[in-house]
Amino acid sequence: MSRINRRQFLVGTAAAGAVVARGPFVHAQRRGGAIRIIPIADLKVLDPIWTTAYVTRDHAYLIYDTLFASDASLQVKPQMVDRYTVSKDGMKYSFTLRDGLKFHDGQPVTAEDCAVSLRRWGKKDSLGKLLMAATGKLEAVDAKTLALELKAPFGPVLDALGKPSSNVPFIMPARIAAVDANEQIKEVVGSGPYRFVKEEWQPGNQVVYARNPDYVPRNEPPSGAAGGKRVYVDRVVARYIPDAATAMAALEAGEIDWWDNPPVDFASRLEKNPNITVFVKNPAGTQGWLRPNHLHPPFNNKKARQALLHMVDQQMYLQAVVGDAKYYRQCPSYFMCGLPYETAAGAPGRPDFERARQLMKESGYDGKPVVVLDAADNTALHASALVTRELLARIGVNADLQALDWASMIARRGKKDPPSAGGWNIIPATWISADVMTPAVNAGLSGACDAAWFGWSCSEQMETLRAAWIRETDPAKRKQIAERVQVLAYDEVPYVPWGQYTQPTAYRKTVRGVLTFPASLYWNVSVEA
Amino acid sequence: MLSLVLRRLLATIPVMGVVALFVFALLRLTPGDPAAVIAGDYASPDDVARIRAALGLDRPLHVQLGLWLGSLLRGDLGTSIFSGLPVATLIKQRIEPTLALATLTMLFAVLVAVPLGVLAAWKQGSWIDRAVMVAAVSGFSMPVFWLGFLLIWLFAVQLGWLPVQGYVPIRNGLWPFLRQLILPTLTLGFVYLALITRMTRASMLTVLREDYIRTAFAKGLASPSVLLRHALKNASLPVVTIIGVGIALLIGGVVVTESVFAIPGIGRLTVDAILRRDYPVIQAVILLVAGVYVLVNLVIDLLYLALDPRIRY
Repeated sequence: MSRINRRQFLVGTAAAGAVVARGPFVHAQRRGGAIRIIPIADLKVLDPIWTTAYVTRDHAYLIYDTLFASDASLQVKPQMVDRYTVSKDGMKYSFTLRDGLKFHDGQPVTAEDCAVSLRRWGKKDSLGKLLMAATGKLEAVDAKTLALELKAPFGPVLDALGKPSSNVPFIMPARIAAVDANEQIKEVVGSGPYRFVKEEWQPGNQVVYARNPDYVPRNEPPSGAAGGKRVYVDRVVARYIPDAATAMAALEAGEIDWWDNPPVDFASRLEKNPNITVFVKNPAGTQGWLRPNHLHPPFNNKKARQALLHMVDQQMYLQAVVGDAKYYRQCPSYFMCGLPYETAAGAPGRPDFERARQLMKESGYDGKPVVVLDAADNTALHASALVTRELLARIGVNADLQALDWASMIARRGKKDPPSAGGWNIIPATWISADVMTPAVNAGLSGACDAAWFGWSCSEQMETLRAAWIRETDPAKRKQIAERVQVLAYDEVPYVPWGQYTQPTAYRKTVRGVLTFPASLYWNVSVEA
Repeated sequence: MLSLVLRRLLATIPVMGVVALFVFALLRLTPGDPAAVIAGDYASPDDVARIRAALGLDRPLHVQLGLWLGSLLRGDLGTSIFSGLPVATLIKQRIEPTLALATLTMLFAVLVAVPLGVLAAWKQGSWIDRAVMVAAVSGFSMPVFWLGFLLIWLFAVQLGWLPVQGYVPIRNGLWPFLRQLILPTLTLGFVYLALITRMTRASMLTVLREDYIRTAFAKGLASPSVLLRHALKNASLPVVTIIGVGIALLIGGVVVTESVFAIPGIGRLTVDAILRRDYPVIQAVILLVAGVYVLVNLVIDLLYLALDPRIRY
């Protein structure tokens, strides 16, 4: 074996470091052309504040920019902001915008645009609402300086402004963002790396984006939604192909460059194709839930909810929903594994059906049917509903599985009526990592009763703890509070996590520069000839 | 003839009125809430309620019906709840692919099926007849989506001769337009081909047993002349009927074919709208389809008159 001296080692290490630091710049990338993608769903709604739909969020990442953004490891970094200051007590923030920021209509981006956009976002987004409730003043000091003054301590100010998933605080022109938050905006004008080509938009078929030649990217390498958003292709053409088998054939035949969201079932075949790369762009993935309805028996009783906790066998759910072990992991953390607030605090051990059966008895369960809503047209929700029915039977619960389509399910879940009168007892749900990773964004943990997410969990203690987390600015203390939140959650059981899984994405080998992030980002990508 | 057309067109008005009322009532009775779909999976119950109010979906049903019928009378089909685009624009975007697919499918089916049916009847009991009937039974037996995927796998993925999906408008060139529609047309056309072939054969067999046909052959007329001039014309009434019924069935087949081949037509517009409960789009498309169906029936009735002067309405 040859030996290397210290000088060679240092030179080699420096070179390797430079390569790693450059990250996505490693290869010279081709400029021009178009990338043809199949997005995660059909883009029907254009307003990323009006809806929480992920496809609209992904669309908005192309069109709009954000003051701050999360990088690949979900750390918040300045994006439109050039520099910012925070007062010693953490109550006053001042943000100065970068030079050269311009909307697609040619108007410069001003601090006033940012203030109006943030106020609109703060009327819809869960974290935004909390921030706005703690905000005393949010106003433009001058064209490029935005001031935010808190009236109550609020720790995650920058986390809120750099929130990676729905609703993302995108910046729009003030005249557009002035629209009521419950009405859809009429114009699509952002300052992001792509322009929306409205005349080529065909809902249910195609969305086209053109490179914004006026966009000035940051100098840093791209990382997630942060860093320099460099655009190599002239156009992004998103084609909606509803059938998965057709989508796979189109990718294999080279009619499509990138299929964003192939079902995991298709991954093994795609992996064998030498022209296709299968890649997990959101390594933290998705968390599956069983959400009990806290309003009605039996799950208005904590013991019945604890029975669900002991009933859920994550391995069974993950095997049924995902199948390929490469794409899933069991995880005891309400804040997901592999993320900053991962903890096993308070988690029960292995599934214990006897204990679950006993707890159901102690809850006073009277054998009435327990209505489980089964969104039969959603693969993950359908499979998890079927497993739930089987497991409920094992612990002596009379499960009534009611199959319906997704649109009916999300309307039905809003009904507070008793299950026998059109309501429900259990719904399965899935949430991506960015939407559950902290006590503030995890809507399932909210104990705000009527204002909580469907299922309406009610816990004053939980709300107090979440408020304490939001007020806290010390990262170590926030971690401790998050652990206490989880211990309480495992006692009160607002919902039961049934595991963590990732979603592969597939693209042809001609595509370069795909970024790691929970949302789909189409800058930094090129298509080689 | 003109008075018949006018009478039938006038009769269309109450039919469309009943369809409008029926569709409106059916949609409101169907579970689902467009506001919940718009708000997204992760919205709070309060947000859903606010969107519902902003869209006017919390108003009494008779008010919503009155507003919709009022706009219809003004020629306004409404606006998509989701995209905010006028429904007329959405239909305009989608009508060409569906018309193109339906027309090519019927042309393909009729042009191939009628000669095959005549041939099978003429050669009754021969291997030709049996082969045609086996093909026809196969056509009935194969689900449209299965045949579509089979053709995609063979001609697009394995051989690379034809595209997998999408639509190219005819203004971009005849060959690119046709190339894109070959597989969908074969997929959708096969079942109609089978239907029309069987009907033509059965109808021709009945006619070929008639005395006047025997007389024509006895006079020494050539077989093609007997078959096409004397037999086919009289056998064509049931065939025309089945073609008319086929056009109605085609509407259902188009939905599946458009989904398999990702063709942005009316079928997929309808399915997407139903899945999301986009009421204005569903209502308008169903009215449109009902109108087309009524017109197709009128055309068939007029064809009866042309083919058989004895018929009176």
